[in-house]
Amino acid sequence: MGIRFILMVNKQGQTRLAQYYEWLTLEERRALEGEIVRKCLARNDQQCSFVEHRNYKIVYRRYASLFFMVGVDDDENELAILEFIHLLVETMDKHFGNVCELDIMFHLEKAHFMLEEMVMNGCIVETSKANILSPIQLMDKAH
Amino acid sequence: MSSSNSLMDNLFQRSLEDLIKGFRLQLLGESAYISRALEEIRREIKVTDLSTKSTALHKLTYLAALHGVDMSWAAFHAVEVVSSPRFQHKRIGYQAITQSFNDQTSVMLLITNQVRKDLNSVNEFEASLALECLSRIGTHDLARDLTPEVFTLLGSSKTFVRKKAIGVVLRVFEKYHDAVKVCFKRLVENLESSDPQILSAVVGVFCELATKDPSSCLPLAPEFYKILVDSRNNWVLIKVLKIFAKLASIEPRLGKKVAEPICEHMRRSVAKSLVFECVRTVVSSLSDQEAALKLAVAKIREFLVEDDPNLKYLGLHALSIVAPKHLWAVLENKEVVVKALSDEDPNVKLEALHLLMAMVNEDNVSDISRILMNYALKSDPFFCNEIIYSVLSACSRNAYEIVVDFDWYLSLLGEMARIPHCQRGEEIEHQLVDIGMRVRDARPQLVRVSWALLSDPALLGNLFLHPILSAAAWVSGEYAEFSKNPYETVEALLQPRTDLLPPSIKAIYIQSVFKVLVFCLGSYFSAEEPISSSLAQESSSVNAFAYESILNLVNVIELGLGPLSGTHDVEVQERAKNVLGFIGMIREEISEKVNNEAEACRVTAFMEDVFSDDLGPVSATAQEKVCVPDGLELKETLMDLEEICGEFLKPVESDKISFSVSKLRIRDEQEASSSSSHPHEGGAGAASLLEHRKRHGMYYLTSQKDDPDSNVTLNDYPLANELANEISVDLFKPKRKPSKPRPVVVKLDDGDESRSKGKTNPEAGNEDESLSRAIQTALVVKNKGKEKAQEGEESSRIVNHTSLEMKKKKKKKKKNGERSSKDKSRRESEVAATTEQVIIPDFLL
Repeated sequence: MGIRFILMVNKQGQTRLAQYYEWLTLEERRALEGEIVRKCLARNDQQCSFVEHRNYKIVYRRYASLFFMVGVDDDENELAILEFIHLLVETMDKHFGNVCELDIMFHLEKAHFMLEEMVMNGCIVETSKANILSPIQLMDKAH
Repeated sequence: MSSSNSLMDNLFQRSLEDLIKGFRLQLLGESAYISRALEEIRREIKVTDLSTKSTALHKLTYLAALHGVDMSWAAFHAVEVVSSPRFQHKRIGYQAITQSFNDQTSVMLLITNQVRKDLNSVNEFEASLALECLSRIGTHDLARDLTPEVFTLLGSSKTFVRKKAIGVVLRVFEKYHDAVKVCFKRLVENLESSDPQILSAVVGVFCELATKDPSSCLPLAPEFYKILVDSRNNWVLIKVLKIFAKLASIEPRLGKKVAEPICEHMRRSVAKSLVFECVRTVVSSLSDQEAALKLAVAKIREFLVEDDPNLKYLGLHALSIVAPKHLWAVLENKEVVVKALSDEDPNVKLEALHLLMAMVNEDNVSDISRILMNYALKSDPFFCNEIIYSVLSACSRNAYEIVVDFDWYLSLLGEMARIPHCQRGEEIEHQLVDIGMRVRDARPQLVRVSWALLSDPALLGNLFLHPILSAAAWVSGEYAEFSKNPYETVEALLQPRTDLLPPSIKAIYIQSVFKVLVFCLGSYFSAEEPISSSLAQESSSVNAFAYESILNLVNVIELGLGPLSGTHDVEVQERAKNVLGFIGMIREEISEKVNNEAEACRVTAFMEDVFSDDLGPVSATAQEKVCVPDGLELKETLMDLEEICGEFLKPVESDKISFSVSKLRIRDEQEASSSSSHPHEGGAGAASLLEHRKRHGMYYLTSQKDDPDSNVTLNDYPLANELANEISVDLFKPKRKPSKPRPVVVKLDDGDESRSKGKTNPEAGNEDESLSRAIQTALVVKNKGKEKAQEGEESSRIVNHTSLEMKKKKKKKKKNGERSSKDKSRRESEVAATTEQVIIPDFLL
């Protein structure tokens, strides 16, 4: 399936966005998020961005106060996922203009919408910023 | 009335934004705030006005996503909202559905029609919402009912919709296999699309399909090859490389073909992700392509020397993939690997450790272990134990294959126990006992190491070391004859700090004291009366004990065990009482120094006899090898059991019986020999045994005379198992350091391990298998149609330009090779008809 879930978590460990591509119960999600956040937040800049957790591989990257964490299958390309995270951030940057945690908090559905354009059923389907943003821009105009 | 209510609700309803703002300002505490908000939502969501309802649902979805609030109760409201004609509401509804519905949701049936309507909608965004929803929550029923719509959208002229339809196909296939028949052809057509968006989506889908079942995608190799050569999109290339990694593992000839373009990408690309994917593809699936492998290893080296911790980690990871087949690649980078052991990142350290262990062989094991022990001493507890575990498992692999010098290895085990963070007590315990049983020549050193452990009072305080101490105690008792100073051993076993041990281990300590005492008495008596017992003779070389020292020993034991006879733990109490009782029985006779000493001598000899039975390692399959004796009625009253575990009850051929039978036979022999040589000693026991045998003869195994191995005598080592011929031959190969020959290591057949591994769960692959069968069937249909077209456009393909006859011949040959290379006979037979028609293109040759 490639990507299993995408999380955005701030420095305090609060989840700001959670997108799962497989069904997990609320308890499972909460436990998983807690464990991953604890693992990733304990690491420093000199350490690599990959963490193995249960049967997932977590690829994460920190932007200012926000951690982007992507859970992938074992044979997924780690560097490509890092590029994917960067692309996601750039896309949000382009839309919100210098994106920050508050933008994601107050426009969660837009962030979800971008993710839906980029990832389908755990596969990355779109990597062009313009293509990702065009439906959102259309909808904004319609409002 | 109600309409005015809803209007009021709508006017004064808090929006999601208000809710989030409130979160930041609230003073109630988070959980109180959430429950207040939930109350509000429960009220609002019930009103008929769709915009109030959808806002409430929106808030609920938010709380569920980020604060773990249950929203399954609102499933029906989500269905209501999704049926709204307004896009804004629909979006909220779909968002709620994708987030909260699963296979068990009861209202799932209600959305089928709505999703179908939206899939058919002229508004591409509505269709996109429905597709997105289907890709996340699609069940078997949904997939079945909506397959026609998905099929239509796969051919949509709008790229935006088409690429999403491609993305959804994977879920539909997974849930409803028959959809493959309908949609597969269109999916393959999309593979030839010139639109990069479509291509990117469809390659992703095939990557997943190839992961599930490579053989079904093999016929599409030419299409993938074209993409591999032509595409300049790194995302697409990475996916195609993954596909080829899977395909090459089942069709080795592909490797030669794709190696060149992959090398080209490795040389040309500046994108590290693509280069790494090439490297991984080469090391995992194309490692027999020499040139490609060399280039890949060179690239790995570049990664390793970079400062970026990500690249370093991935480089080490790639090395660990290549290590089993091409160790030279690791050896070339040995320095980097050792250096990485002290890296800041625990993940990098772990990878380095695994690599180092891959390099271990019998020549360097002591050097590497020494390096690692130094690292273990200064590492954090987690990594320290990882090191210890790696060393333990590497050295014990395949019955201590790489250990030549067991004296060294036993000292190493002793050292490990002293590492402050050591928590692998159980594994060390197991190995100490295991080596004792398997390697006779190592026993003296084993006893030395055990003594050192037992006599160190500091170790008793560490909970993790208790298992090791229990093994050391057992060893000192079992092999007491190698003990330099039994008196000191007993003192160590009875030291006051042993109170810190749990009762179960304490009991082992007492039993060992008993064994040591019996041994000492035995040699004491045999020295005084050299003709008494043949059993004591082998130990006569050990210094005989003087009367005073024996008395002293007895006193120490009595003193140490006295308090334990009143302890609460029954096991400890019982064992202590046993020893004390034994001492009571013999004490007077030692102190009186009676001339004949018949009683004490007899008792001691009897106990020695009891303890002298040498324990051997037990094969995991030992029980299975015992055949059901004739006349034993197992099925009479247990007919029902047969249905449940019929296959386990099948008797094994008698010539395979080796271990357990012989063990019993040895017992019998001992019984017989002791009764014949000392009729006055073992008489009672033997007689009762004979009596027992007479009465319950049917439960005894057949007599040893017809056993093929009956010429093994009592003193032949190994006793417990006459499998000496199964000790692998290479153990006896001359070593490079002939100064000290490797001792014999008893090794039982390890067939049981591989057997259980080889057995695959028949249910496990079922899902994927039926999917792949569906794909294969679809491909047959596709290829039948394509064949004619193919003949016309041969030249445009990457093919050998041979004559048609040649080609046909080759095709046939290939099919055969293909079939033999695949080892899936079960499925083969089931779908023989279809697989034979699958045409594997000449491209592969």
